Amino acid sequence: MKYLKLTTLLFLLVGTNLQVNAENTEAANSAEDKGLQISKTSKEKNLGWQDTESEMEMILKNRHGETSNRQMRIKSLEQENDGDKSLTIFDSPRDVAGTAFLSFSHPTADDEQWLYLPQLKRVKRISSSNKSGSFMGSEFSFEDLTSFEVEKFTYKYIKDETVDGLDAFVVEQYPVDKYSGYTKRVVWIDKAEYRSLKIDFYDRKNTLLKTLTFKDYKQYIEKYWRAHTLEMINHQNGKSTVINWKNYKFQQGLDDSDFNKNALKRAR
Amino acid sequence: MKIVNITINTLAKILPVSLLLAASYAHSVEFEAKGNVELQARVFVEDPLFPTQPDNNLSLATVPEFYWSWNDGDDLIEFVPSARIDQNDDERTHNDIRELAWIHASDNWETRIGIRRVFWGVTEFQHLVDIINQTDAVDDIDDEDKLGQPMINLSLVNDWGIVDFFVMPYFRERTFAGIEGRPMIPNINPDNALYESSDEDKHKDYAVRWSHSIDDYEVAVSLFKGTSRAPVLTFSPATLELSPFYFQIEQVGVELQANIEDLVWKLELINQDSAFDNFSAIQTGFEYSFYGVYDSNADLGLIMEYSWDERGEQASSNFQNDIFVGARLAMNDVDSSELLMGFGYDLDFGSNTFVVEASRRYGDNLKLSLDVRFFESDDVNDFLYFVRRDDHFQLTAQYYF
Repeated sequence: MKYLKLTTLLFLLVGTNLQVNAENTEAANSAEDKGLQISKTSKEKNLGWQDTESEMEMILKNRHGETSNRQMRIKSLEQENDGDKSLTIFDSPRDVAGTAFLSFSHPTADDEQWLYLPQLKRVKRISSSNKSGSFMGSEFSFEDLTSFEVEKFTYKYIKDETVDGLDAFVVEQYPVDKYSGYTKRVVWIDKAEYRSLKIDFYDRKNTLLKTLTFKDYKQYIEKYWRAHTLEMINHQNGKSTVINWKNYKFQQGLDDSDFNKNALKRAR
Repeated sequence: MKIVNITINTLAKILPVSLLLAASYAHSVEFEAKGNVELQARVFVEDPLFPTQPDNNLSLATVPEFYWSWNDGDDLIEFVPSARIDQNDDERTHNDIRELAWIHASDNWETRIGIRRVFWGVTEFQHLVDIINQTDAVDDIDDEDKLGQPMINLSLVNDWGIVDFFVMPYFRERTFAGIEGRPMIPNINPDNALYESSDEDKHKDYAVRWSHSIDDYEVAVSLFKGTSRAPVLTFSPATLELSPFYFQIEQVGVELQANIEDLVWKLELINQDSAFDNFSAIQTGFEYSFYGVYDSNADLGLIMEYSWDERGEQASSNFQNDIFVGARLAMNDVDSSELLMGFGYDLDFGSNTFVVEASRRYGDNLKLSLDVRFFESDDVNDFLYFVRRDDHFQLTAQYYF
């Protein structure tokens, strides 16, 4: 219900915008509609995956080329008409091993997030307004790692372009959330499979901050594409972070009981 | 001796069941070992109050952790012993079993049987509602270290929240620093504990807690009936010693946290009833966070909390009318550098405390922490008066494996 209402609202907003820019109606309408349609198709093609389990390795590189590693395991559960639930368990660095993070993401309402601190046996509800903050000292922010929801952005189709030999749409996405660290994201989406190939992130001053490239796409259960190498380059500080995904498993039979505060405390 | 006994008893009860269960799933038992070893140095700024106390102190401690899980993680045995060797204080040279328990999880319920630690609460400067475990006061003075508590805990997950039931068949006495310890309370004899209940440390304690998340709010209500974890120190004119007296209480606890955008409101409230008293106490405050200060990755949190105890200056608690302000800086860098500074002021006694906690990681396995604790008190009725000369720097190096 909430999903439907908010989508309606989104259309109303687009509608209002059209009236204001009467002379550009045709062009604006098509560019915004097309941007939205591409992003919706991209989301729809990825529906029905149910649940996944995977391992993530993060390699942080500073501008002198020195590296530092983080390892974690992630369980995710798809929700009908809502954002995903996820449980992340940290394995390294060793002083945070056993720390676990539970997140319920929502398309428009605030995400709900809890952190389990094993040394104190304490579950802490944490604020989800820190979207632009760095995740574990990496070049990925919290909002870069949450699930893509159509309602989180407004859209504009820009042009077609080829990326590494693949025909792609170029779509600008403007975050709806006032706590976002970005004014816009420019996304290259391949025409054949609607996979993200590259994203440029523009900071609050609207200058290019970061570029994320998706590599090593593999298809699971003959439907779902997952990139296994993600490289984020920060153009402003010269640092970069590579994420390597390993041991992706789909439809492991996870359910809501694997994503509550008891499961968070038990997570290993 | 008591610790050893209870451990063996509990082991004898848990192990056959566990081993049986483990055996039937032996092909899929996953074992994990980790933990840390720490070297800690305390350097005191002033001369001690008592000639038995040292000017500085070294100690070595370890907390290894062992886990066996099977049944796809739905069954788990955890074993976490702890041990510390102290250069000066024989009481601080001690060991404990923090965890030795079998956890079994089903879809909407979970049993946890054995020795465990359980934390309740939301505030930072005082843990008012937290009552399941006894404080290991000799390990550190910050009230964060707890002794393992034998228990049977049933946890039920409902749409309207999680309900936990606890039966605790054995009571753990608080640890205290010895005469060569610093800080310490003088003339205390922890071996001569007194009890209101004739069952003494065999008294069965019960607790139940309901907790729930409703949108931006975290709510919990708890009831505890049993032996007070916090003793009253009673003076015996015959021996000129202080003996801890553990009495029976019924305590209601309420926890409330609201995460409203960058602001977190926190409230803990208790009402405690005993044969000697009935009182309420509150710990409440907020934390406001600035994310990415000065275009950096760093987050700055400003914390303010207030403690109130109905008993006023007669309170056995040190947090009867106190105000706390603090700042937490998290650099969000590769080394997880963090700094917490806190200042506490007692509005009744005029005493104050100043603490700094700084830490950062070196490489993948090493973490260094610096704690600074300064105390100031000139009122003999104030608990802090005992530690007024114990200002110190504490440097801890922890190796995680």
